[in-house]
Amino acid sequence: MDGSLNLKNYVLKLADDSLIFGQRLAEWCGQGPYLEEDIALTNIALDYLGQSSNFYSYISELELGGPTEDELAFLRYEHQYLNCQLVELPVGDYANTILKVYFFSVYQNVLLENLQNSTDERLSALSAKSLKEAKYHLIHARTWVEIFSKGTHESRMRIENALSELWGYTGGLFEIVEGEKGLALSAVVPDADVLKEKWYVQVVEDFQKWDLKVPENPFQHLGGRQGRHTEYFGYLLCELQYMQRAYPGCQW
Amino acid sequence: MDLLQLLSKIPDPEIPVVNIVELGIVRDAFFLDGESVQVIITPTYTACPAMYAIKQDIDKLLREQGLKSQIKTVYAPAWTTDWITADALEKLRQFGISPPGKVDEELSGVGKTCPRCGSNNTRQVSRFGSTLCKAAYQCNDCLEPFDYFKCH
Repeated sequence: MDGSLNLKNYVLKLADDSLIFGQRLAEWCGQGPYLEEDIALTNIALDYLGQSSNFYSYISELELGGPTEDELAFLRYEHQYLNCQLVELPVGDYANTILKVYFFSVYQNVLLENLQNSTDERLSALSAKSLKEAKYHLIHARTWVEIFSKGTHESRMRIENALSELWGYTGGLFEIVEGEKGLALSAVVPDADVLKEKWYVQVVEDFQKWDLKVPENPFQHLGGRQGRHTEYFGYLLCELQYMQRAYPGCQW
Repeated sequence: MDLLQLLSKIPDPEIPVVNIVELGIVRDAFFLDGESVQVIITPTYTACPAMYAIKQDIDKLLREQGLKSQIKTVYAPAWTTDWITADALEKLRQFGISPPGKVDEELSGVGKTCPRCGSNNTRQVSRFGSTLCKAAYQCNDCLEPFDYFKCH
């Protein structure tokens, strides 16, 4: 497999994570717990959408005559998306949503921190920009996980339920795509195992402050990076792709 | 023709008191031949929807001058609020938006300055505001609610 195809796969996994998480979080639009939080979460969702747009347009430039940004986002089938399963899970209650944003933000921070030093100039520039936003997301998510953890009996129960439900999906963040090992060896992208280690150290450190415990069950749902998705994913894609499927090529 | 001067007629679609040149969005503009102009722009916030409007505005303005535009987006080096000119920062303040500082203040905890009374005794109402580039604050002294342009 040639180098640019490897890179395409890798950028696709970044793009798909951001697109699908942005789409999922946007379900809170107009339904947040209060106005400022509604705006906050949709701002974060919009940032993810912007990231995916940047990554998709880079992919479309990597291959002359290849699929366009819109075709990549809207016209693929389930098994062609390389996002991790964490981002496609149902939006859940607010504790569940915010814990997903927290896990994903820690991941993006360690990822982009490293990727901004990529030997690939475009990836490096996009990462440097997105990192500033990811830092902001992390601050916000931390504030909320702390409120849930140290709040009332009810809020504590909600965050603990979310944790036991979501922990088994966090491993999927670090699954690699085809050809990623080679890219990591040539310092184009970071080594997924190193990221995982950094992510874990950070999460454990945060959890201690909030008196949360890492679940003991080691089982992890994997397969997202190979195109295997949860039952929920097809329904999300139906809504995401509706316009382009119903009116092919439609533009704003 | 001074192309940068011409392009500074285009206001930012969200904050019309400042133009796209002084915001640091237009990086360069030059003639490719007698009638074609290359404009180099750089995106601000990752998902800022204003970027689409800005491209259209550039194209329209140049067309009105009988010119063809070729807009090229560059990503490196990444845009930062440090590129906003001192003049533009002052225009933001007069418009009621507290301008961005030089460091990531959300992390440093430095207070924002009220654009109305100049007090630093202010509080954050929301980390996220009416657009991607702003956060909502309120002054504890004059009680004015105001936007803070996030350091990026």
